[in-house]
Amino acid sequence: MNTLLNPLTNKKFLISFLDIKDPEHPYSLEELKVISEDAIDVDDSRGSVRVTFTPTVEHCSMATVIGLCLRVKLLRSLPSRYKVDIRVAPGSHATEAAVNKQLNDKERVAAALENPGLLDMVDECLSPSYE
Amino acid sequence: MELAKGLREIQKLEGHTDKVWSLAWNPVTGVAGIPLSFASCSGDKTVRIWEHNPSSSTSSWDCKAVLDETHTRTVRSCAWSPSGKFLATASFDATTAIWENVGGDYECVSTLEGHENEVKSVSWNPSGSLLATCGRDKTVWIWEVQPGNEFDCVAVLQGHTQDVKMVQWHPSRNLIFSCSYDNTVKIWADEGGDDDDWACVQTLGETNNGHSSTVWALSFNDGGDKMVTCSDDLTLKIWGTDNEKMQSTDDFVPWRHLCTLSGYHDRTIFSVHWSRDNIIASGAADDTIRFFVENDDKDGLVDGPSYKLLLKKEKAHDMDINSVQWSPGEDRILASAADDGTIKIWELTSAG
Repeated sequence: MNTLLNPLTNKKFLISFLDIKDPEHPYSLEELKVISEDAIDVDDSRGSVRVTFTPTVEHCSMATVIGLCLRVKLLRSLPSRYKVDIRVAPGSHATEAAVNKQLNDKERVAAALENPGLLDMVDECLSPSYE
Repeated sequence: MELAKGLREIQKLEGHTDKVWSLAWNPVTGVAGIPLSFASCSGDKTVRIWEHNPSSSTSSWDCKAVLDETHTRTVRSCAWSPSGKFLATASFDATTAIWENVGGDYECVSTLEGHENEVKSVSWNPSGSLLATCGRDKTVWIWEVQPGNEFDCVAVLQGHTQDVKMVQWHPSRNLIFSCSYDNTVKIWADEGGDDDDWACVQTLGETNNGHSSTVWALSFNDGGDKMVTCSDDLTLKIWGTDNEKMQSTDDFVPWRHLCTLSGYHDRTIFSVHWSRDNIIASGAADDTIRFFVENDDKDGLVDGPSYKLLLKKEKAHDMDINSVQWSPGEDRILASAADDGTIKIWELTSAG
């Protein structure tokens, strides 16, 4: 079952992951230093993936949308058995605990993804970009 | 009580095309020759009715009905009326639908509207005359069943500061228990008087040994004097009330923390259910089902009851387990529902 590491160590996958667009800027999350390659922590034996991202500003109102984009990207890319945790980097957001809690409440995530407006925004951020 | 030793998977039920969020056994089945039956609900916006077929030799559980084209978003939870004649389904589409079982056909006879957004849980009171619903709008609504399948909202309970994950009537008293993303469990009572005058009479929070993160579910023991809650804080907590006092007065008798079960599940515990013969089953995002029983070691009674792990089933499903429910009837049958879209039927056996 080495298929776990492959999608993440695979360069192509990683690049596409970093290529997610910021909801408010015409730049990728990588360009904005919101997410970096070493912010993705994979524990193959436990089948878990942890992503830590750094919002551009402490009061970033888009933090939950960015987190949602990251989660959806992983949901669509990884085999379903992986457990995904997403959080903001410690100290990087004014309401860090609240953002983390919301991003990891799967019921809220499921409900958000049934909200057409929010889903459009996520799809826009994830759409193949401007190469 | 004969201790259970093993867990046997009886059948895996496939049919839902998305997460199965919840399931509910029809309370009048499994007795007097009526085959066991339950409802399941899913992110695929449908509800399925499953029934045991005792005469079949191979596939012993069948899907008897698919309730669709009513809810437009995830169906989050479902609950049977005590008579087993009505099924209530709560949906992210902000409505609660009431389905009537007419000879095995299910007809949507009423739609309860009022919540601002996602409805997350629904529960009938023991007599079937009242319904409670709760949702992301932080409220609990109480509905009175009227003749002609009419449902009147008689109270909107406000007090939780975040979305309310689950609502449950006490099995014998006129009390509603709700648990929330705000980490608390609230107990609501009708304060009496002519009008429906519901108020929060107790909050079980972190300051009184409660949970430190979202409380996802709760379940009562058969006697109604104990309750178990489960949480994103990875613990289960047992709560108790004074049964004698509860029997002798109409006044509210407070609940207190009895013990905390920690160090078992290592991801969010979404579901917990207390069986008639006092076995607590829990299902979690670690794909594991665990079973707990009260420790009969008398030394532990100084500090109140303690509970021990009876059995665990790792990799019970391929993904998060959202719901575990014991069946009515004599047998130790448990159903579990998961993100992998499947439901599994299990039997606790006394053989190894």
